Amino acid sequence: MENIDPVGVHTGDSIVVAPTQTLTDKEHQMLRSAALNIITTLGIEGGCNCQFALHPTSFEYAVIEVNPRVSRSSALASKATGYPIAKVATKIAVGYGLDEIKNAVTGKTYACFEPTVDYCVVKIPKWPFDKFVRARRTLGTQMKATGEVMAIGNSFEGALMKAVRSLELGIKTLETPLCKELDDTALVSRLHNIDDNRLLVIAEAIRRGIALEEIHSITMIDMWFLGKFKNIVAMEELLKTETLHTLTRETLLKAKKMGFLDEVIGKYIKAGKKQVREKRRQWGIKPSYKMVDTCAAEFEAQTPYYYSSYDEYSESVPTKHKKVIVLGSGPIRIGQGIEFDYCSVHSVWGLKEEGYEAIIINNNPETVSTDFDTSDRLYFEPLTPEDVEEIIELEQPDGVIAQFGGQTAIKLTNPLADQGVKIFGTGAKDVDAAEDREKFDEILEALSIPRPKGYTIFTFEEALNAANRLGYPVLVRPSYVLGGKGMEIAYSDKDIEEFMEIINMEEQEHPILVDKYMMGKELEVDAICDGENVLIPGIMEHLDRAGIHSGDSISMYPPQSLSFKIKSQIIDYTEKLAKALHVIGVVNVQYVVFNDQTYVIEVNPRSSRTVPYISKVTGIPMVKMATRIMMGKKLSDFPYGTGLYNQGEYVAVKVPVFSFEKLHNVDTSLGPEMKSTGEVLGIAKNVHEATLKGLIGAGFKFPEPGDGILFTVRDTDKHEVIDLADGFERLGYKLYATGKTALYLNQHAIATNAVRKLHEGSPNIIDLMEQGKIKMIINTPTKGRDSERDGFQIRRKAVERSILCLTSLDTAYAVLGCLQMNKKVENLDIVNLDVFKK
Amino acid sequence: MKAVLVLDDGTQFVGEAIGAAGTCVGEIVFYTGMTGYQEVLTDTSCKGQIIAMTYPLIGNYGVNEGDNESGRPQAKGIIVRELCREPSNWRSTMSLDDYLKSHHIIGIQGIDTRALTRKLRDKGTMNGAISSDSDFRPEEWRERIKSYSIIKPVDEVTSREVVHYEGGGYRVALLDYGVRTDMVQALQNRGCEIYIFPANVTADRILDADPDGIMLSNGPGDPKDCGFQIQVIKELLGKKPVFGIGLGHQLAALANGGDTEKLKYGHRGGYPIKDLAQDKTYITSQNHGYAVLPDKLDPKKAVVSHINMNDNTVEGIRYLDTPTFTVQFYPQTSSGALETAYLFDEFVTLMAEFKNSRRL
Repeated sequence: MENIDPVGVHTGDSIVVAPTQTLTDKEHQMLRSAALNIITTLGIEGGCNCQFALHPTSFEYAVIEVNPRVSRSSALASKATGYPIAKVATKIAVGYGLDEIKNAVTGKTYACFEPTVDYCVVKIPKWPFDKFVRARRTLGTQMKATGEVMAIGNSFEGALMKAVRSLELGIKTLETPLCKELDDTALVSRLHNIDDNRLLVIAEAIRRGIALEEIHSITMIDMWFLGKFKNIVAMEELLKTETLHTLTRETLLKAKKMGFLDEVIGKYIKAGKKQVREKRRQWGIKPSYKMVDTCAAEFEAQTPYYYSSYDEYSESVPTKHKKVIVLGSGPIRIGQGIEFDYCSVHSVWGLKEEGYEAIIINNNPETVSTDFDTSDRLYFEPLTPEDVEEIIELEQPDGVIAQFGGQTAIKLTNPLADQGVKIFGTGAKDVDAAEDREKFDEILEALSIPRPKGYTIFTFEEALNAANRLGYPVLVRPSYVLGGKGMEIAYSDKDIEEFMEIINMEEQEHPILVDKYMMGKELEVDAICDGENVLIPGIMEHLDRAGIHSGDSISMYPPQSLSFKIKSQIIDYTEKLAKALHVIGVVNVQYVVFNDQTYVIEVNPRSSRTVPYISKVTGIPMVKMATRIMMGKKLSDFPYGTGLYNQGEYVAVKVPVFSFEKLHNVDTSLGPEMKSTGEVLGIAKNVHEATLKGLIGAGFKFPEPGDGILFTVRDTDKHEVIDLADGFERLGYKLYATGKTALYLNQHAIATNAVRKLHEGSPNIIDLMEQGKIKMIINTPTKGRDSERDGFQIRRKAVERSILCLTSLDTAYAVLGCLQMNKKVENLDIVNLDVFKK
Repeated sequence: MKAVLVLDDGTQFVGEAIGAAGTCVGEIVFYTGMTGYQEVLTDTSCKGQIIAMTYPLIGNYGVNEGDNESGRPQAKGIIVRELCREPSNWRSTMSLDDYLKSHHIIGIQGIDTRALTRKLRDKGTMNGAISSDSDFRPEEWRERIKSYSIIKPVDEVTSREVVHYEGGGYRVALLDYGVRTDMVQALQNRGCEIYIFPANVTADRILDADPDGIMLSNGPGDPKDCGFQIQVIKELLGKKPVFGIGLGHQLAALANGGDTEKLKYGHRGGYPIKDLAQDKTYITSQNHGYAVLPDKLDPKKAVVSHINMNDNTVEGIRYLDTPTFTVQFYPQTSSGALETAYLFDEFVTLMAEFKNSRRL
């Protein structure tokens, strides 16, 4: 594999192409031999990853690193070649030799071969900068991507364009509004920035006629790649000179081979994508599907793993079986992680149990769903309407399941339904009803279910108006997003202004929601509905109160503090909503309890992030069941009954995991926009022990008695800090707080050292942190220019110095509860997940 | 310019002409290596063949002076999906297209090479023609395509006279059936003095040079076409240590009473083989269309030492009655894997042992 980005950018943050494109055989063999020598010398058995830096104008090379294990790149290499590295490595571990392990792709040959590919693979990282708009986007030796997409094509241009649109950034070609406003000089200087936008900046530079040599001298990206980017830009420019009437078959075919969507071609020739599609039909231009077979067609392959090309001969021969397509969830990102891959895979299993052939479409090389042996047939393709429709046209499936692939799949529901494709499970109309503010309000009104008041708006003025009518604080967010992307709590007109600006940096197809913000207890439910009955496997209670995104909140199952009344309301509302929305399959409902009344926050008629969690802790295989219900089974066909399922004696606590140390300039304070990149689960007989296990699993480093704890909280939170501070003091911690907080605590007879704020001179908070006197910080973010800046600096310093920093008082209380148990890791009970299987 | 590829079975692929203009007829074979197009084109084993590259992007790193396996391209034609006209590599001196043009090699690009490969895999190696002539009519060429065969290509690729390379080590007589540059380099790297003999010299002439060992090179075509060379080898066996590669391996088998067959579609690219004595597998570079049949060999005189892990064909033979060993693959190539270069060391050891045993 060859990195397009020269040395200096972490390989996980680099655009990668496989196989190498610019190396002669001599260079290739030189590095290959070096790798073999390294492996032999180290005595590796199993997988090993070697990274090299090769001098561009000599045979000099250096080893960057050697990972004597299966690595992140191994997953990519496995998907890129069809060679299952980890599987083979495992068989080696248990004693087999490469000459004894069958190549599962051909079924004939053995694992002791080097795969040879007859296509080109491009990987592009998925960075979280669309969520962390303030994060430093510079790429370097610290990896920042949360996921990646891979695309296969038989030209580099085709593979690159597929990968670009798989990122779901609203970018479908190399031309974007980015940098359009810069003059040439500014653009050239922008080329020096090594960040996630570099590809697009280069494309714009090429468009302006800046010489490839100059771009090369700045970026050091190989001329071969720059030449390929130029081909794409040239096609974009050529298309601009065409119209639907002047466009020739030859040009259209060339554009399709380069990976241009009908939609993109349509935009350039000022026609609709339907018209372009009609032209294609008329001229017989449609994708053919080629096989990934590890051997460049030399041997007959048995694995139905396909990618599209615009060749004449298609190798994918659909079967006549009853079959269903499961749409995958694309790249791993904050808010849409590996949970949806779990769901896709379980859905495939459910389909197989019902006797259907299961077909997966997905573009993520890191997933199980894109293993060639997970589904009956795998299409490694982007998840856009056109790419999916073409596969549907070929396969003619009984229908499509879009519930399990997160927003990526849900977004495809409408375009596919418009084409007459059968969507299994909840219908497109009902999916829409749950997302469409007005339709949803009507449903709630009819069912007499309350929700926080809110408005649907499009413009800044409307947003201001809505916020002022509701009264601050309000929650602002775009609709049709996952992970609360772009979601913020606004306390003032100024906040509204700032948030709307950020939201509008991306083109918004859907309206923006402004809701009254209620600070209460949040609860979440995932339920299965067969159209008649509803099963609620469990209710999850968020430890952190509303305002912190559910994905970032510590969450407990079963709920620890629910009254009978609230529990009944939740069951009642969930059942009513599932039926009203005609849910067939899974539905996720989020509630907030405020003044002893349950309000609905949102309903997602699809599988949610918490489905794997709740499936594991209740022992109910939700996705498999939901899939089988979509295929016609009823809840009564399963042994789990209806209504709220009985809870067991164990408590499971989900704790989010963050990656702040890798993302510079990101504020670590938690809010309505999700920031966590993963999660862990702690299971025990009581909630404190389960929480402790979860916190340890999430990497929390607890301070020891005698260590310093710093309190710096909002004025409104001060009264809540008393018990907390008291608890820590009793455990023997040394307390610090800034001026007013220190005074307040001391007045309540809790011995607290006053420390200076940042602008109050030295020694201040930062100095104490650097001296190692503070081992934990409890900080609730304060509004206001200075304090915002202070808080931000303190939190970032905490990340740098690995000081535990809690920005939620609820979490802080939970930590106190854990420490009060005074239990050591070695004293924790080991619990088998099977305890939840009843 | 439009070009067309016509196969013996009537299949046609329409693409774009690359390299020289005109029409060429040849045996169409596919090469699966992802790098090394220059080495393959100049490999004498490709004499008379039209090479179809399975990797779609060819010509990316251009052509350079140092990576030729013989003085000129040996293939008759080339088939690629996409030819790169703007190569990028520090050693590149010209584009592949210019190189093809300068050597009058005809080619085609823009066709579905995977579909072609599948056809060759299913039906076996086939003759065919590439043409960029506007008046090209496939039916007029059908007979020429069908009757095309590569006759005695060794005579065309062997050197015309004896070439001598000085060296301080053992003296090797290298019988040139189409020797690759990298093989000569492998011997030189081990200090050998080398006499390269044309393929038509007699055994006496070779022995007159008093070599410590004899190396049978690779080469193109059907080994059974090489009656004279087989006879020469028969006369040399037992007199000196012999190491054969590729065609040399096949000829040695025939000289020992063995038999060969044409493979359905050959081995061209990287292949896993197993050294049975070591019980170890290696990835090797290969380029051959014929293979030695194991059953005709007298088990008392010859043992199979290496096999192909994909199809179990013979990849190496060790002879018991004479100090001879041969392999089908290229043990050390600049266009391919290098791990089996140990065979050259074994050859050197064999020469040393043989010399010492005679001294005693």
